[in-house]
Amino acid sequence: MFSYYIKIALISIKRNWGLSSLMILAIALGIGATMTTVTVNYLMSADPIPHKSDQLYYVRLDSWDPNNPYNEGISPPAQMTYIDATNLLKAKKAYRQNLSSQAFGVIEPPNPDDLPLFVFGRANSSDFFAMFDVPFLFGSPWDENSDLSKEQVIVLSKQTNDRLFGGENSVGKTLRFESKVFKVVGVLDHYDPKPRYFDISTGAFDDPADFYVPFSLIAEQAVRRSGNTNCWKTFGDGFEAFLASECIWIAFWVELQNQDQVEAYQTFLDAYANEQKNFGRFPRPIDNRLTNVTDYMEEREVVADDARMMMAMSFMFLVVCLLNTVGLLLAKFIGKAPEIGLRQALGASRSTLFLQYIIESGCIGLAGGLLGLLFAYLGLQSVETLYGSYMQGLATLDFNMVVFAMVLALVSTVIAGIYPTWRACRIQPARQLKCQ
Amino acid sequence: MLEIGLIFRALMRNKIGALLIALQIALTLAIMVNAIFMIQDRNVQMSRPSGLDESNTFYLTNTVFGENYNLQAALQTDLQKLRNMDGIDNAIQINAVPLSDGGWSMGLAREPGEDKNSVGTAIYMVDEHGIDTLGVNLIAGQNFTQQDIAWRGAQDTKWPPKAIVTKALATSLFPDDWQSAVGKTVFISKDQPMQIIGIVEQLQAPWNGWSGVERSTLVPSQLESKSAKYFIRTEAGRRDEMMAAVEKFLSESDKQRIIRQVMTVEDTRKQSYQQHIATNKILTTVIITLTMITAFGIVGLAIFSINRRTKQIGTRRALGATQWQIMRYFMVENFMISAVGVTIGAIGAIALNYWLVNTFQIDPISIDLIIYGVIALFIVGQLAVFYPAKRASLISPATATRTT
Repeated sequence: MFSYYIKIALISIKRNWGLSSLMILAIALGIGATMTTVTVNYLMSADPIPHKSDQLYYVRLDSWDPNNPYNEGISPPAQMTYIDATNLLKAKKAYRQNLSSQAFGVIEPPNPDDLPLFVFGRANSSDFFAMFDVPFLFGSPWDENSDLSKEQVIVLSKQTNDRLFGGENSVGKTLRFESKVFKVVGVLDHYDPKPRYFDISTGAFDDPADFYVPFSLIAEQAVRRSGNTNCWKTFGDGFEAFLASECIWIAFWVELQNQDQVEAYQTFLDAYANEQKNFGRFPRPIDNRLTNVTDYMEEREVVADDARMMMAMSFMFLVVCLLNTVGLLLAKFIGKAPEIGLRQALGASRSTLFLQYIIESGCIGLAGGLLGLLFAYLGLQSVETLYGSYMQGLATLDFNMVVFAMVLALVSTVIAGIYPTWRACRIQPARQLKCQ
Repeated sequence: MLEIGLIFRALMRNKIGALLIALQIALTLAIMVNAIFMIQDRNVQMSRPSGLDESNTFYLTNTVFGENYNLQAALQTDLQKLRNMDGIDNAIQINAVPLSDGGWSMGLAREPGEDKNSVGTAIYMVDEHGIDTLGVNLIAGQNFTQQDIAWRGAQDTKWPPKAIVTKALATSLFPDDWQSAVGKTVFISKDQPMQIIGIVEQLQAPWNGWSGVERSTLVPSQLESKSAKYFIRTEAGRRDEMMAAVEKFLSESDKQRIIRQVMTVEDTRKQSYQQHIATNKILTTVIITLTMITAFGIVGLAIFSINRRTKQIGTRRALGATQWQIMRYFMVENFMISAVGVTIGAIGAIALNYWLVNTFQIDPISIDLIIYGVIALFIVGQLAVFYPAKRASLISPATATRTT
């Protein structure tokens, strides 16, 4: 019976092809626009590490200015000072801990005639790779001893390894980085989380790092650091003075396996801040926070305003398209009054007719959904070209989104079809038959 | 117009169809007006001048990696050679470039001390060629002299004793009379005094979204840094040619460094506003598609209702109605539906704007724009209904005599 209804629906769609294609086009445009913006929002706010996001915590301490609270007192400073980050690292009170900052430098090619390579990367602790599930192609992370002994070791991204070593296993080889000899200990597989949650202070959707080196090399000035730096208290000249200053520039993460550990770590942080007060630091009331990945992304509003605004607009756009569909379906079904009257007279029950016309609406919805997916694909392509690198990798349809698009198209058209169908089924057969 | 009552009564017999069109028009108006408003808002932001001679300037980053490198000597040689190059007007070293999104900001206060209110400003470190190379206008006071210029190491925190500020910054510091800022001493980094020796008309900060984008300060410092920017102004029309020449000359003259990110100020502007441009294009597409969908909806429903009424129309024609009267009927009908639609739509537009203002911190919409939107949608409605109405008017009076 069901397949018979579909057959009738298709015949009917074909017969009124003008009206039908107008409806399909309207739904497709609505679905296309909605899917484009929903996809961008969905990928921007996606949980970058679903199985672990509730175990990774961003640590913030309020070591800020007593006169001018950071962020108007709503939240503690977004990054950490060198003193606090290294103290917390040494205390080792969490299951794993990582401090990191953006770094950059120049890699000199083995062949002096080749152009040197300017690279952006990160300086972090050895725990970083295990905490954030970073995939390795060759080799492994450096160990904690390398951190402590400030060894000149380096982990390369797949792309950097391709450029420098033609993609072969370069573990154990050396390269000249910042005029010093570094040993390659590992090469990563493709790794480009969006948002780049472990450090959003310099742009959550920036390009992935080219290299990773031990954080301790920054204090040695063996690599140069960059990224956001905020200071409130004056300090003397020289790098030593900068390290000892109240400037914040480090992202500090801990991995805590359960709620007990979280509470214990919070107690530890508060005790630490109180202890620092004895040295004349932490002049503000104690406000130390542990925030997990998803909460932190939400708090920092990683999803851009533009993207949210467009999503709201595209949903209204979809509503216009559906209103259009309701109107056109109404027109179409009422136009079929004589046929409906005839069928009723021949014994078709109202529920049979209702089911049949709902199926017809559903067919139109499915067709609109399919065409809408094509539009969404084109829409995402143009979003990617228009926004450039900012949207790279954010403008792709995944399986979830395709399913969502089809369900959205089907459900919304069926809802749009309910009223016209109901109207059509209320037709009095006698009156229709009379005038034939 | 006696027909109005008649058309209204006829419309009431098919309320839902008319209401659907009216609602579509209403939503279209609400979205369209707000989208246009956002486009205008972005256009205003994008049209602000940076203060630079944008069409004849470019910059590059000079990154040194060699060890035991004499940064001071190298910079002096580079700048001297660049300034003497044929086709180049002037060249400087600078720490940041307007609209490039990367830079240095500080607070300036009228009094020294930890808890004094300060005004945020972008800092540009230049030498006495700064004003000429950037192409900004000095409107009060004077430029730096060669004696003012001091070296600043990468980790230094001392500021030079002189500064030139933009008019916007002078106004923020001295709201009563910006011109009085010349000669005054302000404090940077809480307690370091700096004398304002000049005021430039306009120079934007590196961050286009910052509310203080017009507030900038020039200080007479030259960075002793392994990574610094050179900013170059060429003779009119020779920029692209000189870009290639300068890059080649600099990279070949010294193998201990990398010349990278050679970029024009015009491209920097485009990149800076890339999201704005993209959003505007998307909003424009939304407006056009939306209007088209609504128009097609009107056409579709009009054709449908005309098909249903073929016999009625024929009868009217047979009874003496002119073609124009038939057309007029449908145009007036559409006008009435549109009137309901735009009334709801105008309220909707204000409501949507209210929500946008609260959620995304944008400005409230102007009433003018809503009025233009209303007029535009009336025109769209009339244009959309014109073709079906024309078809209706061509229905032959003989139709009245036929059965079904």
